[in-house]
Amino acid sequence: MLSILTFLPIVGAIVVLLAPSDSLKKWLAFGATVATFVVSLLLLPGWQEIPDMQFVERYAWMPDLNIYYHLGVDGISLWLVLLTTLLMPIAVAFSNQHIKQNLGGYLALMLLMETAVLGVFLALDLVLFYVFWEFSLIPMAFLIGKWGSQNRIYAAVKFFLYTLAGSALMLVAILALYFNAGTFDLLELQRAGLPPGLQQLAFLAFALAFAIKVPLFPFHTWLPDAHVEAPTAGSVILAGVLLKLGTYGFLRFALPLFPVAVANYATLISILAVVGILYGALVALAQRDLKSLVAYSSVAHMGFVVLGIFALNEQAVSGAVLQMVNHGLSTGALFLMVGMLYERRHTRLMKDYGGLWASVPIFSFFFLVVAMSSAGLPGLNGFIGEFAILLGTFKSSPILAVLGTAGVILAAWYLLHAFRQVVQGALTNPANLKENLPDLNWKEIGQLVPLVLLFFAIGLAPNFFLDKINPSVAALEVVQTPAVGHELLVDSSDQSKQDSDINPLTTIY
Amino acid sequence: MLDLAWLILVFPSVGALINLFVGDKLRERGIHIVASGAVVLSFVVSLGLFFGLSGLDEHHRTATVHLWDWITIGSFTAPAALLIDPLSVTMALVVTGVGALIHIYAGGYMHGEQNFQRFFVYLNFFILAMLVLILSNNFVGMFVGWEGVGLASYLLIGFYFDRHDESYGHYADAGKKAFLVNRIGDFGMMLAVFLIWTSVGTVVFEEVSLGAGALTTGAATAVCLLLLLAATGKSAQLPLFVWLPDAMAGPTPVSALIHAATMVTAGIYMVARTHFLWELAPMAGSLAAWVGGLTALLAASIALTQVDLKKILAYSTISQLGFMMLGVGVGAYAFAIFHLVTHAFFKALLFLAAGNVMHGLPDGELDIRKMGNLRAKMPTTYKLFLIGAAALAGLPLLSGFFSKDGILLHVANFNILLYLIGLFTALLTAFYSFRAVFMAFWGEARDQHVHEHAHESPTVMTAPLWVLAVLAVIGGALNLPFLLTLEHYLEAAVGVPAFHPNWTMEVVLLVVSAVVAVAGVGLAYGRYIKGSSTAAGRFSAGVARLVGPFEPLARNKWYVDEIYAAWIVGPLLALSDWFNEVVDQGVVDGAVNLVGQANLALGGALRKVHNGLVPTYALSVFCGVVALLLWFVIGG
Repeated sequence: MLSILTFLPIVGAIVVLLAPSDSLKKWLAFGATVATFVVSLLLLPGWQEIPDMQFVERYAWMPDLNIYYHLGVDGISLWLVLLTTLLMPIAVAFSNQHIKQNLGGYLALMLLMETAVLGVFLALDLVLFYVFWEFSLIPMAFLIGKWGSQNRIYAAVKFFLYTLAGSALMLVAILALYFNAGTFDLLELQRAGLPPGLQQLAFLAFALAFAIKVPLFPFHTWLPDAHVEAPTAGSVILAGVLLKLGTYGFLRFALPLFPVAVANYATLISILAVVGILYGALVALAQRDLKSLVAYSSVAHMGFVVLGIFALNEQAVSGAVLQMVNHGLSTGALFLMVGMLYERRHTRLMKDYGGLWASVPIFSFFFLVVAMSSAGLPGLNGFIGEFAILLGTFKSSPILAVLGTAGVILAAWYLLHAFRQVVQGALTNPANLKENLPDLNWKEIGQLVPLVLLFFAIGLAPNFFLDKINPSVAALEVVQTPAVGHELLVDSSDQSKQDSDINPLTTIY
Repeated sequence: MLDLAWLILVFPSVGALINLFVGDKLRERGIHIVASGAVVLSFVVSLGLFFGLSGLDEHHRTATVHLWDWITIGSFTAPAALLIDPLSVTMALVVTGVGALIHIYAGGYMHGEQNFQRFFVYLNFFILAMLVLILSNNFVGMFVGWEGVGLASYLLIGFYFDRHDESYGHYADAGKKAFLVNRIGDFGMMLAVFLIWTSVGTVVFEEVSLGAGALTTGAATAVCLLLLLAATGKSAQLPLFVWLPDAMAGPTPVSALIHAATMVTAGIYMVARTHFLWELAPMAGSLAAWVGGLTALLAASIALTQVDLKKILAYSTISQLGFMMLGVGVGAYAFAIFHLVTHAFFKALLFLAAGNVMHGLPDGELDIRKMGNLRAKMPTTYKLFLIGAAALAGLPLLSGFFSKDGILLHVANFNILLYLIGLFTALLTAFYSFRAVFMAFWGEARDQHVHEHAHESPTVMTAPLWVLAVLAVIGGALNLPFLLTLEHYLEAAVGVPAFHPNWTMEVVLLVVSAVVAVAGVGLAYGRYIKGSSTAAGRFSAGVARLVGPFEPLARNKWYVDEIYAAWIVGPLLALSDWFNEVVDQGVVDGAVNLVGQANLALGGALRKVHNGLVPTYALSVFCGVVALLLWFVIGG
């Protein structure tokens, strides 16, 4: 089943390339992504709320080197898989409307990317993981480099080299793990345990790769360039899915394999995450280009995810997993909406808009909901993730939680600023008048509605999602037993003990 | 009956959804009926809850209606559940009752507006969020309503998102300011919730109340200070009150419902709801009392100098909220809630009457300097406004008199200086309320153009006001001295106050309050009607000379906005620009590009050495592997 899921898009890619006409290519690509989504939905009926890997597939791939084709999905990866398979048909539908040049190649690259990303989320063998990981770079680099805007080559090269450079050391570390334990299998490595010295070095190598991908401050500067230049669907997938590869990597590999190193570096990484939250938000506030504002908002939002992961307790880590999905939905929708404006007016500068509520009310209403989701309004999805992350962070480090919570104020600031510039105010530019600026058509509404419905579903009934996430998070070793030496950590498995022993005030004041 | 409590949320949700999706086919009348009908039905449910609750034993008048498990992660749980007790039912009655009247009124006020449909969607959404706020049985659920009403407020303040004028600037900016200032308060709320959960292990009010003993005084104080920050945002107190005057940019029914009667009282409600924490933190309570007292005084001083009718009422609201904060600060929760209720009646009445004035004058004129003798043109509105002003001024036997006096009585016991501040503020209140009455409705018409075009409003805009007017007059009967009905009713929710005044003290202070209120009205009469020729006029002119030096300060709102702009917003924006232009593009990205170029140069050099056969990437991987192998062979 997981193999079908992973490779269905690549089959689609081949079919799309062979198809004779553009309109057929469009339908085939859309059909392939929808089919993949349907297959991924089949994971839900048989889902068990247990910590273990489910739907596992394991075949010998290169037996001499002990390399296996090993796939599996658990509560940490489940929703990321579904996020990917949901965003893809939406991104393809958007592209079908707007991409004119070399459509077949474009759609094939999108489908290739879907296979690569799903592979990363499902692989349980480090070599297999690494192959998918590197493979995911290539289609995106081409999408930016070939279908992007003016400065696309610079952005594509920077994106490619920066993230590639980050993962080079990871390969070295993977080999080191193999030489130490004799296996590339994640679960076996986890059981075997690694010597602390190796953990430290290997963690740094993995962490660099993941931190660049997230991107964690100060490794984020490739992101605005890539986003501003990328075609809309590329941005949707880049922000919605590719960034999650970094945070997923931390959760899937760094936390289970290097618990000692994680305990050592948790504070440092958490501090970088908080800096990213505040810094990203302030830089977002200074943007004049709507797309780069959204790009910097990603730096801030992904900072929350990293903060949650390295708070190392159940609430924060589960919140971080959910927040990855939330960010994918909200930011995906934001980029989609920026794209919808751009296709109409061919500008992304906020000053070229203003007063759109009078001319395009449907667009404006969706923009409001999406902005509120991104700002973490309670009742919508973003709040659940942010709240759980900050709650858990407060437990392990009140000071960082206070600073992170301040980031929530700033998030409202830059989002309302964007809303004020684009949708509110007087409609002065004739190009924005009703006659010249059509409102969303039913196709565009169709692309946004699934995302908005999920905002409400996650916001109002988060337990449907959390119940599947929680068991896998609770089973993480670092989450259960805090390592010694990280004085801010608090044992989350023993709530009552913690209540009497730890007075959070001692750490605040 | 209590099990059906969820219906109270269903009606406004359905109303909002119907108007959102099919409102454009319903036309004004249909939209208005759906929206008002939804709130009326919620009011009926509230009544049902009230009677259902009254059927319970007096000491156990509380019920929890569990809806669903909302957030569960490990040991953290936040249910979606409603707490039905005297406090929440009292609030629900006010919100849906006053809300229904204002919905009905707004059908007339907003007649012919381009975005009529949008307005009523927002208004129903507001009622929904407000009910979530007051009915949730836990902090996180309350926070959903807390930010939800903030969103409704933001949207309604910026309802005329394309307008701007001298008095309010860009209306959309006023909405943004309200949301952001409130978010500063919300920051406090979130941290308070975190601290409560990490120390008590639950976020459900009743469980926190039972487990509050686990809190040290320090922790309880920290929690309450954070909650106080949240309350100063929502209830427009020092230092976060600056958003409320600008919020008057919204349509007047919104000012009445959200920015006077209901939403802004959420902070007061929240403190009363968490009274068990405040009882552990006397220091935080004192601070709340001082914040309330000083806010009341400061806002009243500004109200004296404003010439925009709605802004006078806005500052008055801030001032009255200060009284309520003073009340909860000194532990007089029941009286604070009492004042909250009576204030909802008379302030909603005043705002809607002001709405009639605005509606009946050309170009929605609000400047009281251009009015005068409006009672000739708008006799009904005049009577309504007069009743509201009299209740606000605290004239004897009207609702505001009893509720304000109840608070002052407890303050007198708490701290005599605060009592004097409160009493002085009461004097100012009576003065500015009747300054507005006299300048707008009495004397000579000062602008002929305005006066000629003035006309009375239709019945739909006066009938709901009569209901409010009656309540503003008799609302005091909810809690007559020595009978104490509301106070007693609320005991099950907010506890029995520690302080029981004796009869003598109660009577003496009652008389003092009455004298002060009458004196305030008399001073205004002397100054604005009699002129300086009479004794009364000379006396008030003398007072005016005395406080004259402060007048420019008060008129400019003590420059609080300017101070914030110069010391907080400006520096943050400068930092934001500096981060963007210098740090991000220069330092961080510069470093990346430098490394990139260095690598390319190095790669070029290596390529020469290796004749270009080995790409740098593969080479580095190779070197790395070799190095590691060596390390293992030698080291291992």
